[in-house]
This record gives sequence, C-alpha cells and structure tokens, in this order.
Amino acid sequence: MSKADAAAAILWVGATFYALFGGADFGGGFWDLIAGGPERGERPRALIQRSLTPVWEANHVWLIFVLVVLWTAFPPAFSAIFTTLYVPIALAALGIVLRGAGFAFRKSIVGLQGRRAMGATFAISSVLTPFFMGTVVGAIAAGNVPAQGNGDAFSTWLQPLPLLIGAMFVATGAYLAAVFLVGDARRAGDEEMERYFARRALGAAVIAGAFATAGLIALHAEALYVFDRLTSQGLPLVILSLVCGAVLLAVLLRGARRPLRPLAAGAVIAVIWGWGVAQFPYLLPTSLRIDQAAAPDPTMTIIFIVFAVAAVLVLPSLALLYTLAQRDLLESEH
Amino acid sequence: MSPFDPLPLAASASNLLAAREQMAFTLGFHIVLSCLGVALPATILVANYIGLKKGDEAAMELAKRWSKAMALTFAVGAVTGTVLSFEFGLLWPGFMDRFAAAFGVAFAIEGIFFFLEAIFLAIYIYGWKRLSGWAHFWSGVPMVITGIGGAFSVVAANSWMNQPQGFTLDAAGKVVDVEPLRVLINPATGYEVPHMILAAYMVVGFLVASIYAVGMLKGRRDRLHRLGLLIPLTIGLIATPIQLFVGDTAARAVADHQPAKFAGMECIQEGGGHQTEWVGGICTSDGVKAGIGIPDLDSFLVGFGADTHVTGLNEIPNDERPPANTFLHLSFDAMVGIGTALLLLGVWTAVVWWKRRDIPRTPWFLRIVAVSGVASILALWAGWIVTEVGRQPWIVQGYMRTSEAVTEAKGIWFTFGLVLLLYAALGTTAVLVLRAMSRRWREQGVEAVQSPYAPRTTEAAR
Repeated sequence: MSKADAAAAILWVGATFYALFGGADFGGGFWDLIAGGPERGERPRALIQRSLTPVWEANHVWLIFVLVVLWTAFPPAFSAIFTTLYVPIALAALGIVLRGAGFAFRKSIVGLQGRRAMGATFAISSVLTPFFMGTVVGAIAAGNVPAQGNGDAFSTWLQPLPLLIGAMFVATGAYLAAVFLVGDARRAGDEEMERYFARRALGAAVIAGAFATAGLIALHAEALYVFDRLTSQGLPLVILSLVCGAVLLAVLLRGARRPLRPLAAGAVIAVIWGWGVAQFPYLLPTSLRIDQAAAPDPTMTIIFIVFAVAAVLVLPSLALLYTLAQRDLLESEH
Repeated sequence: MSPFDPLPLAASASNLLAAREQMAFTLGFHIVLSCLGVALPATILVANYIGLKKGDEAAMELAKRWSKAMALTFAVGAVTGTVLSFEFGLLWPGFMDRFAAAFGVAFAIEGIFFFLEAIFLAIYIYGWKRLSGWAHFWSGVPMVITGIGGAFSVVAANSWMNQPQGFTLDAAGKVVDVEPLRVLINPATGYEVPHMILAAYMVVGFLVASIYAVGMLKGRRDRLHRLGLLIPLTIGLIATPIQLFVGDTAARAVADHQPAKFAGMECIQEGGGHQTEWVGGICTSDGVKAGIGIPDLDSFLVGFGADTHVTGLNEIPNDERPPANTFLHLSFDAMVGIGTALLLLGVWTAVVWWKRRDIPRTPWFLRIVAVSGVASILALWAGWIVTEVGRQPWIVQGYMRTSEAVTEAKGIWFTFGLVLLLYAALGTTAVLVLRAMSRRWREQGVEAVQSPYAPRTTEAAR
C-alpha cells in the first residue's frame, strides 16, 4: 500500500467514526423532531438529550478530523469538492451552526417558549445537515465533481443519486440513534422507552434499506464505475452489510435487545468501506486518483503520526468519556 | 452576473472583497470564543483549586458557574470554528489547493488537541456531581494543556502565512516537498503564538473580572463577587506585562520580516533613519496628519538607535503595499494603547494591594475594570486586523496573493449577508442565555445552591 493509499484509509477511518457517532447524534435530532408535542415528546426528548449532551461535541470533532486530513493529504480533491459542491456544503455548515447552537441553548433556557424554539432549531437542522452531507457524498460517488473543480453549482448534486444518498444519510442516522437509544433506555430501566425506540429502530432500518436499494439502482444509472466495483470487489462488504441488517431485524422482531449495537454499526461500517472499495483508486471517480491528489511524502508522514497519536491518546480518552457517560457518571442537567 | 451579486464590481474583485469581509467577520466572532476555550479552563481550575484546598465555598461556586458558562461558549465556539474550516474551502480554494499540503500539518496537529479538549471539557463540565473532588479537578487539567496546544497549532499556521517556509515548489508552483518542522516553527511562530496565548488569557481575565466589577458597582459586595473579580483579574494583570514585552518583540520582528506591514501600521512614507513615532492621526502620502509625533522614537523602537533605517512605503512596490493604512495604523495604536492602559491598571492594583491587601476603594477602579473586558476584546480584534490586513495583498507572504486564492463561486455577498444575520442572532442569544443563567444563580443564592459534589454515600447506595 502506498503512503497515499494509507492516508486515504485514514480519511475513511475518520469518516467511519463520524458516520457512526456524528450520524447517531443527527439521528437523535431526527427522533426529537418527530417526538410530538411538549407532553407526548417529553420522555423521548429527555432521553435523547441525556444521551447526546456529554458526547456530541467530541463526536463532532470527527468531522474536523475528516476535513483536515482531506485538505492536508489531498488538497486538489478538497478544493475541487468545495468549488463544485459549495451550495450543499454551505447549507450543511449552516445546519451545523444551528444544530450545535440550538442544542446548547435549549439546555440553558428555562422558559418553554424559548426551549421549543431552540429545540425546533436543533431538530430541524439535525435532519437537514446529514441530508446535505449525503448529497455531497452522493455527488462525489456519482463522478459529478471534476478534478479541476468549479463544476456546476446545482446540476452536480440535484440528481437522483445524490438526493437518495442524502435521504439515506438521514435514515441511517435515525436508525443508529434508535439502536443506541434502546440501549440507553434499557440501562435507565425505562422499558417503555426501550420499546418506543426498538419500534423506531425497526422502521428506520426498513426505510434506510429501501433508500439503499433505490441508491443502488441510481448508482447503476449514474455511476457505473462505482456500481461495477461495488458489485464485484465490494460485494463481500455489501453482503456483510445486508447480513448485519437482516440479523438486526430478526433480533428486533423477536423482541430481543442484543446484540443490537454491533450489528447496527457493522451494517454501516460495511457500507462505508464498500463505498471506499468501489471508488478505489479514485478520490473523485473517475477524474482524480488518490495518487494524483496526494500531498508530498513528509506531509503524509505527519498524517500518520497524528493518526497514531490519535489512536494512542484520543481513542482511550473517547472510551473514557463514553464509559463515564454510559455509567451515568456525567449528568447533563444543570 | 448572478442574482446574488448585486454590486457593480468586476466579479472577481467583488468576490474578493466579500470573501475577505466574511472571513474577517467570522474569524473576529470566533476568536473571542476561542480565547474562552484557551484560557477559561485555567481560570476555572484556579477557582476549583482554591475551593478544594481551602474548602472555600464561594470559589467552588464560581468554578461551577464558570464551567456552566463554558459549556455554552465552547459549544458555540465549536460550531463557529467548524464554519472557519468550511470557509477555507468555500472562500479560499486556491490557497488550499496550492498550500494545504504544507501548512495543513499544523491543522492536523490541532485536530488532536481539539479532540482531547472536547473530550475532557465534557468530562469536567458534566462531572461535577458524580466525580470525586480531586478526580474531577484533574479531569480538567488536560483542557488547559490542549487549549494551549490548539492555540499553538492554529497560530503557527497563521504565522506560516506571514513567514512561509519549509516547502519546495516545482516550476508549476505545486508543493513537491515539505519540511513539517520548519512549517510549524517558522520565524513568526516564536512571537505570534505567545502573543495570542497571552491575549487569550488577558481577554478571559479582564472579561470575567469585568462581569463581577459590574456586579460590585451594583452593590453586590459578597465574597463571591470579590473572588470573582480577583481571580480572573490577577490572571489578566499577570499576563499583561509579559504581553507588552512579547508584543514589543513582535513589532520589531515584523519591521524586520514584513517591512511593508510595518510601514503600513506605522504610516512610514519615506524610508530612512530618524523616523518619528506617530500616535494616532491620519495616514496620507505626505505623512501623518493630526497625530502626535515623537521624533526619532520609531527608529529607536525598531533598532535601539535614532539613526536606525526603517523601510518606508516608497521602498515597497505599488502593488505590494498594504491597503487602508489609517485603519491599520489606528488599529495598531488601539492595541498598544489598550495594552498600556491595562498595564497601568495592574501597577495601580499591585501598589494598593501591597499596601493594604485590598483592591482600590474608589468606584473608579471598578468602573475601569468593568470596561477592561470589552477593551481587551477590542485590542484582540485590533491586533488581528494589523496581522491580517497588514499582510495584504498577500495570503501567503511573497508567494500567493489573496486575489489568486479566492473562490470563483457565486453569491459570496449573499452568504456574507446571511452569516451577518445568523451570527447576530447567535451572539445575541448567547449573551441573553448567559445573562439569564446569571440571574437564576443570583436568585437562588449561594446558600440555596447545593454542594457541587454529591456525597459519595449516595453513590455507594445506588
């Protein structure tokens, strides 16, 4: 494996973590959005807030990690993506601001009016942000980003495939969040919420699966290179994802509660790496290869060192944070 | 012309101006929050330490309140910081395309610090009730280190833009080799990084102190307010003299490394020795009007001799001179002036404290402290204006013009307008929420607030 390929793998690792944890945080906002009025939605919202509060900022940093690795290791790809897809990217940035601010403010406000306004801001932007991020990924996979950048501002992402991937991002986040929340409700001894989110996990899994299937059809129509590799070299990962999804459905339908999280994560990880394998060796199919976009070797070496330090320092710290949060040693209510 | 591009300027010139304004505005907004991220943890831990060590409930209460405020400001800072990293690509793709391979290493390192800060900040902020006192205190210490480390990385990237080195370009201008250590430790790192870290400690020290000074002026003279004033004020006042020394060194280094920037900020039209130091005034091509001039002082400050040659704008090619010289000059003077005033405040406070272990009794002391917070933020902004506007027309000094870096995307004026509205709402809401929090704490009263750490017995019983 070349240095550039290794850096691309690191990029994918960051994207995987962001999809799993950042994605679940977005999904929490989705369930918050459709939880109903202040009374009906009170309990699910409280559970969502308790689960998200201590971890969402740390989870958000994976996005920064992905951006930094992308622009440092593959500068031409970064600028090609940002000069072409600036509309959905700017909308995603807007969503990030509204979501983070809405969530932080809601916790600190006492009055119901203010809380509702902030909560709505948080919840709506939790749906829009992953949607626009998905359109960016979809547009890249569809090969709509030219290597030299400055592609069309709208027609590059207002296509069936990018829009489907956007919807799939929202559904997948909702699915992950529901699965995580089942566990959180269980630990809190709240059987009603456990059932509440188990039902929703089931629904979200079916919908995410439907979007994925539609996405595959659109992939065949719009991105033949990626489709061909996904159904050959990437096939084992596609099958793994399907198996994880199917077993998870079976577990949920039987009313069992584990192992939910590893299966949900497995299904998502397999899709992300399937996408990576399907794009290989391109960063921007089929106009920019990984090696063409790569920064000089010493820059890559720094990326590796940073990744190694992250593995040694950040991952154990994250594990500590999650452990403390899962053992209820961190409290979100002031 | 796009419907989003209302100004009758050439598209690229219009884009450049809009992109620069948007970048300046979003950076100016974020930099205040990043100061809080860098220096508030240490301020909180000082109060926390006093609280634990001396069993001082007021100090403990302060640490708790400040950490709740920090939860809010850090969240807003995290998202406004994310906006900046998006803007690198949205506004300056040419810069990123050509140079991210070099200066990106600084941001890669910053990523680690930001990660660790976010993690330990969460543990500290949400660990008040359930973690034991000292375990909780130590969980906060990484925030201090990572805050400084993060500031180092980001400002090292900026100093690299001022003093680029550690890369090799091929004939096409592409970066083909990088020496990461020389990128990180460039000639400007040594003064820009400490200048910014000290600025963060000054902003936080004076800003927090100013809030309690206002409270004391309203007649709230309890121990909570006294400590709330003294702890941060001490931090700000200790940072100030060091800052003036670092700033003085920085100005001399700028005169040496970036003579155009120095000539702009000091309004030096004709290069030569025996340069007058102008305080205030308007820069014109025939010299400074309406300013106070001190003969020879500028030459003396640059080289410790009245005959030191200082580069003038006449020695800089026309198209490499910084714009808006009066604005630059007044910004520089504002920064130095505020810094000097804060130094005098420190001398006054120290003398009175040394004599009778108390702050000066006159209400004027509290009034001055009450404005010191805003003043230090103004000095912070003024300093960044000098750095950034003074480097123009370059984005990478001597290598790339800002006009070559800017995006061709349409609608930057539109996004800038949107950003103005969004950030106005964000800033207003943040201030309102913080004020509401403070009012709630006051109404509950210190006594009514339960001890920050739950008794361990209840933990064991669970």
